[in-house]
Order: sequence, then C-alpha cells, then structure tokens
Amino acid sequence: MKTPEEIFDLLKNKFGEAIIELVSDKPAESFISVDPLQIDKICNSLRDEKEFAFNSLMNLSGVDDANGEKLKDENEHDIIKGGTLSVFYHLESTILKHKVTLKVSADRDNPEVASVEEIWRSADWHEREAFDMYGIKFLNHHNLIRILMPYDWEDSYPLRKDYQNPEFYQGMKVPY
Amino acid sequence: MSIKTEEMVLNMGPQHPSTHGVLRLELVLEGELIRDVIPHIGYLHRCFEKHAEVMTYPQVIPYTDRMDYLASMYNEFGYVVAVERLLEIEVPERVEYIRVIMGELQRIASHLVALGTYGADIGAFTPFLFCFRDREKILNLFEITCGARLLYNYMWVGGLSHDIHPDFVRLTKDFIKEFKPNLKELNDLLTFNQIFVDRTANVGILPPDTAINYGVTGPNLRASGVKWDLRRNDPYSVYHKFDFEIPIGKGEKGTVGDCWDRYYMRVLEMYESLKIIEQAIDNIPEGDVTSAIPKRIKPPEGQIYARVENPRGELGYFIISDGSVNPFRVKVRAPSFVNMEVFGELCKDHLVADVVAILGSIDIVLGEIDR
Amino acid sequence: MGLLDKQFTDDNIVVTKVEDLLNWARLSSLWQMGFGLACCAIEMMATSASHYDFDRFGVIPRPSPRQSDVIIVSGTVTLKMAIRVKRLYEQMPDPKYVISMGSCSNCGGPYWEHGYHVLKGVDRVIPVDVYVPGCPPRPEALLEGLLKLQEKIRNETLVKEAV
Repeated sequence: MKTPEEIFDLLKNKFGEAIIELVSDKPAESFISVDPLQIDKICNSLRDEKEFAFNSLMNLSGVDDANGEKLKDENEHDIIKGGTLSVFYHLESTILKHKVTLKVSADRDNPEVASVEEIWRSADWHEREAFDMYGIKFLNHHNLIRILMPYDWEDSYPLRKDYQNPEFYQGMKVPY
Repeated sequence: MSIKTEEMVLNMGPQHPSTHGVLRLELVLEGELIRDVIPHIGYLHRCFEKHAEVMTYPQVIPYTDRMDYLASMYNEFGYVVAVERLLEIEVPERVEYIRVIMGELQRIASHLVALGTYGADIGAFTPFLFCFRDREKILNLFEITCGARLLYNYMWVGGLSHDIHPDFVRLTKDFIKEFKPNLKELNDLLTFNQIFVDRTANVGILPPDTAINYGVTGPNLRASGVKWDLRRNDPYSVYHKFDFEIPIGKGEKGTVGDCWDRYYMRVLEMYESLKIIEQAIDNIPEGDVTSAIPKRIKPPEGQIYARVENPRGELGYFIISDGSVNPFRVKVRAPSFVNMEVFGELCKDHLVADVVAILGSIDIVLGEIDR
Repeated sequence: MGLLDKQFTDDNIVVTKVEDLLNWARLSSLWQMGFGLACCAIEMMATSASHYDFDRFGVIPRPSPRQSDVIIVSGTVTLKMAIRVKRLYEQMPDPKYVISMGSCSNCGGPYWEHGYHVLKGVDRVIPVDVYVPGCPPRPEALLEGLLKLQEKIRNETLVKEAV
C-alpha cells in the first residue's frame, strides 16, 4: 500500500522528465501529471513491477480543459483556439489495495496520446469513447473508430465545449 | 477428416428479443462455431455527459436515474456520494440508513429482472412471470416512498426528497417474509433445474486474471472466484455497520466462472441484501432527512472519483468542478460498459446458441452502456 | 362464448357489417412487436408480465415485425436507431399501428434541448397513432393508450371518402 506521494517519487526516479508534477490540493484527489507520449511505458511499469502492481484500470476519461483562446466565428458561435485536451487514468491495485490517478494533457489541435490498450484490455472501449467524444488520437490503438456516435457522423466531437450541433443527420432534423 | 466450412457473418440486433435492448452484434461464424464477435453499441446514446455539463448539480440526479434504469436508486446513490465527498458534508445517519435500505431493495429488484429475463432467454418463460410478480412488490414500496415506480429522483445531495412513509417499515418486513419462500421457489423452478444447468454450466468460462484485466466487476467478477465487493473493499455510507457475506463462485455445477456461477451469484446476493435490510430496518435512527441539504450547491475547484457497488458492478463517477454551480465534467464509469468488453472473449469457440446464454449471464443494461 | 351464449334463435348466423367484423377482429388481437428501446421498455415488460397482463387485451409480443400489427416505440429514439425503427416499421404488414410510449419518443423528453444524438420525437420518421405521455408512463397509462388505439380502430371505415 503506497500513497500517491511515494508513487510519484518512485516514478520520478525512474522516468525523470516524463513525470511532470504531483498536484495535490485538498479536497480534490491528488493526481500525477505525465507526458502523453510516454504514458504507455509508465503504465507498463506500474502494472508489472511488484511494488506497484496496478492490475486494474478503473476508469479512463477524456476532458476538454477549455483553457484556450475563446473566439467567435462568423456565425457568432463560440469557438476555442489552442489549449489542451486531457485524459485521466484511475488505476487500482486489487493486490496491494492502493489507487493512483494519472493525467496527461495534449495539444487541442493535434491531441496525440499513447494507447494503454495493450496493458489493460479495459482501456480499449474507454479510449474509443474518448476519441469519439473529444477526438483524442490514441497512438497504436488497434481499432480507433467511433463507438457511441454513428460511424458516419461528420468530423465533430460532441463533448468538446465549443461543439456545434449539425442541422441534419441523414435527412433527420437534429435540433428540437 | 474435418470438413472446411465457409465463414459467415450473422447480424444480431438491434431489434432482437434477447439482446436486452438495442445491442447489435456481428457474429463471425464458421459453421455453428463462433470465431469472432463484434459488438456495435451506441443505439441508445442519450448524451448524459453533455447534459451533466449544462445542468446544476441537483438537476443531474434525474438524468442519472435514466442511465441504468433497472437500478435507478443506486445510480443516484453513487452520484450523491461523489458530490457529497466533493462538498465535504456529513449526512445524517437516518439518511444513510434509508439509502442503504433503498439501495438493497433496488439490488433485489434489479437481480430479479436479470434472473427472470435470463430464464426467458434460455427458454423458460415461467420464472420471468414469477420474478416480475415479486419485483412489483418492491416497486410498490418505492412508490409509497417517493411516488414513482421506475425513476425516482429520491436521493438528493445531503439528504432525501421525502422521509419514508409511516407504513414503510411494516410493509418492508411483510415483503421480506413473503419473498423468502418465493426465492426458494425460484431456486426449485430454475436454478437447479437440470435443463437450465445443462444450458449454462461450463459455458462462457471467465478466468479471474482475464476478468481483472478487462476491468470486469460486480457479480461477474465474484463468480470467477475473486472476493471483491466495494461495500467491503472501499466502504461508503454505513455498510461497515452491517454483517453480510460476499458470495463467490465455487463452480458447483461446472467450472468456476461459468454462466451458471454468474447466475447463481445474483441469487446468493439477494439473500445477502435481505440480511442487510433486516439489520437496517429495525435500527433506523430518528432525525430529519432534509436538514443537511445545502441551499446552494457550489463545490470548490477540484476533481473526485467516487464509486459504489451497483447491482452490475463498480459504478464510478468522475466529477471535475470548476467552482461554479454546474459540473465541469462528469464521466460515468458504467459497469455494463466495461463488463461488455469481455463478451467477445467469452464467446470465442462457443456455439451460436450459447451467445444468448453468455449475454444474459453478463446482465447488461443498454442505457448504461451507451449513456 | 360469454355474452352471446344462448342468445340466438338460428344457429351459426350473425348479421353484421363487414366493416364492424374486420374492425372487431383487428382490435381484439393486436399483436405487438417485441421491441424495447429504453427505460419505458421495462414498464412495457411489466405491463405484459404478471400483475398487469397485456394478454387479456389480445396483445402478444411477436419477435418479428412481419407478424405484428402494432409497434410500441418504448423509449428514446436516437439518430442511430431512428433509421432502424423506420425500417422495422416498413417491414410490418398493413394495417399497422404505432403507439409512441413516453415523453422521449413523443417529443424528445428530458433530452429535447441538449440531446445532440436524440431524435426529438419518433413522429419525425414514422406516423404515430397514439401518444402515451409520462416519463416513464405507468403500465395503466400504456393500457389506456391501447384502449384508445382500439377505439380508433373501431371507428375505421371501408367506405371511400366523398370527394
């Protein structure tokens, strides 16, 4: 059983620059911010090493940080330029009974994050969902296609904060 | 000599009586054997997470009801636990007791639907009618409490919408007394029925390692022999006060982790839920159930991941607050969504007829998979 | 034979209008398509199970659209599903009827404003005969909806409309 601080120190020694910071301000749960392109290596070690033994990925969620520049387009709709999209990983060890949260942030215009699907099979659909809802590209994912929205949905991502609903889908009116 | 057969793709759903809603499966067959299963989901994607971002914290509760519509009480339970931890408020003990009773009644109701429809999928229609008869009685209990049969909006952040009805305790005791012999009847009718056992034992075996790696939780994980229940392993509410067992799969009729074990876990869990209700119902403390409800719910900036043991497994809410009255992000870790992923793995090299047996034993709710 | 028992002087002859006979036959054996969408489907199941017993109105769930007379759209119709609902409706033989059950399929329900993937009312893709309000409607409400549909069928006519 390890606290997030101990896990952070151990990871920092091992991966150096790839581990960015530990954010722990109460009442929020603390999380460790890491490099999006090295998350797969970090997770591999978190799963396989005996001192961590994180054998289960509880949750993986995409988040639109909405921290870019807020602009208006020609139709007076809000759009966001720049900033980041994030992914949170909630890991748990059913052996050592400890938990940790990881966070990666990627550029909004080209969000690329390494996939952890090979490490925990449960990440497969979660990553597809994050791609579907936010357009986050998970590198090396074997089947990164839409999961909840129709496969032929136009190139927009519904849970982004500046999402605009299309007027029609296959001849059916979408807004009320 | 083996005869080579051509590969065939068979479509199942979204309209199919045994897919428990609007699931679509693409089965790749070689003769009668299943080589691959590709589930297509999203036919009930109702944009819960978008709604959560534009509503205030209390307004989200009715939408949580509509995700797992067989266990609405428990969905609310998980959400209010998460928001209360974010707000750091203490809830009166009376509220916690009532929540636990409602949650366990809901667990029984949900398992009854699971078992009843599973019987119907396998070809035994009578248990379905028996289960729905008993479920109606639980719905009546909910109805006198909050006025709704299916979607309640009963648990509020910091309290409950209504106190229990003066007759509730008596009626619940009556229900328990009536229900116990009915459970035995269900066992005689379906659980130990030889035809049913033949259809389900040694089918769709899920080894514990695979289950954990796929993130499978709830009765499905316990059927594989892993003693993991969040009511014990990550306690919330007042579950630490009650004495109950965590049943695990023993492979009584076949192999540990087969369909029959997953089915039987739910039967055993109903007994444990009854035990919890019996302990709680006589000891509900006095008090006001609305006193701790905050006037204005505005959590500080931060994020939280709270989880509860839903009838289907680990229901987690990941909430990010930006300090306003609306959540910035709510992600639901829906147990059915994660449990469904392992389905393809379970079906490999089974017969076409087993697909329905395996699917029913996982007990999915499409409202929760698609959200 | 119930009400008609021993009421006739001649045997085997009933004089009625073709219209009435057809309508009577149609309305008393409305076979429903066994098809559930969302939360309302659970209430629909409860209606056909013990306690409410849809059977007594001649409603039996059929697994195939080709054998059914009435489709109960029970729950939220999403854009992805709407195409399928329309096709299922087209596969049903005439005469066919539609009951829209619950607020979601009536008008989008609680998802009307921000539901980017929800069809705001099933009547945008198929014609609806009876709307049953509620979220979800109680089984009694669905039974009432069915009685309304029977009433509608009872008044159907074979006579051409005067031009």
